[in-house]
Amino acid sequence: MNHKVLVVDDSRLARLVMASAFRRLRPDWDLMEATCADEALSAIKSAAVDIALIDFNMPVVDGLELVARIRTTAPEMPIAVVSANLQDEIIARTRELNAAFIAKPLTDEALGAFLSGAALRLKKAKHGT
Amino acid sequence: MELDVAELTDIERDAFAEIANLGVSRAATSLRQMLGAQVTLSVPAVNIVTRDTAARLVERGNSAKLVAVQQAFEGPFSGRALLIFPEAQSLELVRSIVGAEQSLEDVIDLEHEALAETGNVILNACLATIANVLQKSMRMSLPTVIRGDGAMLFAAPPGGGDLVLFLYIDFTIKSRDMRGFIALLMDLPSIAALKAIVRDFIETVQK
Repeated sequence: MNHKVLVVDDSRLARLVMASAFRRLRPDWDLMEATCADEALSAIKSAAVDIALIDFNMPVVDGLELVARIRTTAPEMPIAVVSANLQDEIIARTRELNAAFIAKPLTDEALGAFLSGAALRLKKAKHGT
Repeated sequence: MELDVAELTDIERDAFAEIANLGVSRAATSLRQMLGAQVTLSVPAVNIVTRDTAARLVERGNSAKLVAVQQAFEGPFSGRALLIFPEAQSLELVRSIVGAEQSLEDVIDLEHEALAETGNVILNACLATIANVLQKSMRMSLPTVIRGDGAMLFAAPPGGGDLVLFLYIDFTIKSRDMRGFIALLMDLPSIAALKAIVRDFIETVQK
């Protein structure tokens, strides 16, 4: 099944890296891009986003704050925070928001594992089990 | 009193170099993943020096034209972390990271953002590892790209002192004939805070 994935990162290079990984891992899935929290929130409002991948270190509103805002309307959406800031505290706060943490540099293994888990959760949610 | 703050004992220096080494090794692993090439690190040097001396250390053996990605960090101690390259190698580095499939125009177009994101990944890996080892949390600023000589990179902020704790490690990417530095710079109040944290850390390790 195809899913719509929102990638939120202020860096164009990081978005290119993510798009390239998707071409290898899930070429059929729809990829949407946002460069900041505001764009991400309007994308989620207007499109049926299934999964979100969110950078932590962004101007104005950081990734964890954005996840917290998304959680008010989408408590179960599979979300991963993607960051090189692998401080224990950041990872713990990510988990508290019911999100996964993926370390940068992005690897196909880490992204692939998250996407498989996300697809499974979406399938279960759809079938109501 | 000032002398006390401005000097590191051997064990403090050794402990801090070791902790920084863990951070930089993690950063080197990240750089290696991004480049797909082996990255070799030097032994870290930790010293309390003047800003001029720090500038001369990074210029040694390099052209004076440097490009750096810097991130400020704040927490129990504060300072700046910098990833530094000779400016002449900046495009080559970006090309190695974005891949050969991009045209030269695209590489030039992407240079600034690619440098900023590379610095973000490398410096965050380094700083986050140091924070985790010391069990402290640190806030990191967004990365900024600066170009200039060593004196410009290490210029004092308004109100900043002349003496800094300067840690640097040089790395080489043999297959691409590239080299660069990772440097951490902290001012005197932070040095005092860091010394206390490192002493606590040494005590924990010795228990």
